[in-house]
Amino acid sequence: MRFFEYEARKIVELAGIPVTKYGFCTTPEEARAAAEEIGGPVVIKSQVLTGGRMKAGGVKFADTPDEAAEHAAAILELEINGHMPRGVLVDPKAEVKQEYYAGVVWDGTAKRPLMLFSDMGGIDIEEVARTHPDHVGRGHVSNLFPIPDFEAKQTIAATGVTGSQLNRATPVLARLARLFRENDMTLAEINPLAELTDGSFVALDAHMEMEEEAVGRQKKLLRVELGIAEDDTREPYEHSAFEEHVAAIDAADHRGVIQGKDHGFTGNLGLVIGAGGGSLTLTDAVRSQGGKPANYSEIGGNPSVAKACGLAKEVLEKDGVEKIAVMMSIVSNTRVDIVARGVIKACLELGKDPGETIAIFRIPGAWEDEGFRILERYGVEYCDRSVSMWEAAGRAVAKIQGTPEGAAA
Amino acid sequence: MSILLSKDTTFIVQGITGREAVNLTRECLDYGSKIVGGVTPGRKGREVHGVPVFDTVVQAVEHHGGPIDGAVVTVPPAFTKDAVFEAILGGIKLIVVVTERIPRGDVAQMVELADMNGARIIGPNCLGLIVPGVCKMGGIGGPAKDAAKAYAPGPVGVMSRSGGMTTEISSSLTQAGLGVSTAVSIGGDAIIGSTYAELMPLFEADEQTKAIVIYTEPGGRMEAQLSEWVAANDSRLPIVAFMAGKFMDDEEMKGMSFGHAGTIVEGVEDTATEKIARLEAAGIRVVERIDEIPTVVKEKLGVLA
Repeated sequence: MRFFEYEARKIVELAGIPVTKYGFCTTPEEARAAAEEIGGPVVIKSQVLTGGRMKAGGVKFADTPDEAAEHAAAILELEINGHMPRGVLVDPKAEVKQEYYAGVVWDGTAKRPLMLFSDMGGIDIEEVARTHPDHVGRGHVSNLFPIPDFEAKQTIAATGVTGSQLNRATPVLARLARLFRENDMTLAEINPLAELTDGSFVALDAHMEMEEEAVGRQKKLLRVELGIAEDDTREPYEHSAFEEHVAAIDAADHRGVIQGKDHGFTGNLGLVIGAGGGSLTLTDAVRSQGGKPANYSEIGGNPSVAKACGLAKEVLEKDGVEKIAVMMSIVSNTRVDIVARGVIKACLELGKDPGETIAIFRIPGAWEDEGFRILERYGVEYCDRSVSMWEAAGRAVAKIQGTPEGAAA
Repeated sequence: MSILLSKDTTFIVQGITGREAVNLTRECLDYGSKIVGGVTPGRKGREVHGVPVFDTVVQAVEHHGGPIDGAVVTVPPAFTKDAVFEAILGGIKLIVVVTERIPRGDVAQMVELADMNGARIIGPNCLGLIVPGVCKMGGIGGPAKDAAKAYAPGPVGVMSRSGGMTTEISSSLTQAGLGVSTAVSIGGDAIIGSTYAELMPLFEADEQTKAIVIYTEPGGRMEAQLSEWVAANDSRLPIVAFMAGKFMDDEEMKGMSFGHAGTIVEGVEDTATEKIARLEAAGIRVVERIDEIPTVVKEKLGVLA
């Protein structure tokens, strides 16, 4: 789950890391009031869940409250990369002596959180790591034991930072690592972490992402502290009608799991496929052989006939879908005969001939003999494990394109 | 020979009274695996297919009268960490975590405690492992007769981020007359207990294994880690890799995850294209088509004319 900057600032603040006095505003009037309260020059920043704000004109400086209101009015109307802002952040224009970077990410290889620190802040850390590797300090922390300050100190000292700067930055990085762990973040970043002219350190911008699997147990932070509504899930794109229908069919019956996605898919071959890895393999196999998938889907567990039928119907009713391919890797839990009944039922209920509509049925495994008997009765082309997933996908593509088998490969 | 399991391996099933666990207990017993107990808090005294159920791991160990080798953990995500901690501190050294949707922080804690206690975790979000004809630990391959059809003993070690594809690939190796030494469904999450590179030394030491097949996906650095391992160790084992999810590299698929939680691409290095390049640079053959695997393995083993 991604957070807006104003929320990330709040998370940082809750962890005891100093921030500047900022205001989150949704109207020009609020922005004017916030600028008045701050006093002096301010910066107005668009609150969107996308990068490139600066370039797009989503960050502006103002010397007076009137100017702040004027900029806020413009930024609130400004769409950035297809996103309308949630509001603006009004922040004092800080007197910065130096910018640093402090971040924590997962290191999947070490299986531990990794602290990152650089004395070259304000720019992309991956860029710094490439061009000035000696300016990036790294340090792993335990998942089980308390995170001691000295580990943060070592990480910072590795970049050559010493003196009062080292002592001021140490608790910031240590607290960032602790909040990363305690709040189930996958990314916690302060960039820039600014040293002001008075020597104090403040987080000028923060970026946080929380693991989806942990959202359920982070209710206190999300709902109480940040006031984020339950339905504010912040998916990277809006769900299509197809995706919503499939999700509803899945939710209506606890047996088995079906998923459907069609964001970015516009083809004519509907895919009723599974399971996780099988779906990835089959989608590639269709595309590599010149096929155009209309969607992505996953069948898992042991779905009911109604569920398999529901998925097949949704796929068949998508615009431009001419045929469906029903394919999975070898199944042990999912029953072949149940999926066969489901997809045939879907065709019949839509007044379509299963033998014409189902380009190929390739699901080997549990109850396959029974499944194949049913398919035979309706004239559906099927195959067992002796036909590979690649070949099955190729047959489906050949059929929909009207080309002789194999010619598309 | 094999890795991790033998005909004498004993294990328990934590969460044994759950629907999925009851099935996998039946399947494993039918396959000849030695399940010596089950644990579900509050259900002590029951039996699942003749396997005694206990409230705690310690009770199961006491009843067995000695150390138990393994545990299959299939409890809801919120309770998994505790169950795994209980197994590790109960002296169990091989823990298969079936549960999916566990936050990374919990998985990392399990792994850290396991490392401190000389235990190994397989998974989470996996189907377990199988030594054909010898022992099956987890739902891998399904019912015993189905598992027997897909998995014949042979020279190929299989590691896969997808449980279903472990069986699909193994079945194709079996059909091609090759067979499998040990197949491990390593799990589909971003952080897992045992990665390819961490299991390689075990296969390296196993006389039966003559080649390795891996199934991989976008997301994570596990393939980079394997490439580094191969570069650093003069392995005797040829590796054949298959990469699924190449369509995820498309611009419009950015930020989406397909198939498994671990397929989330968090950096350029996580993409399919980048991973294939790295694997190939390390001398690992990456096949384009899933059905090329048996043929290429035969080439590597010098079985083909």
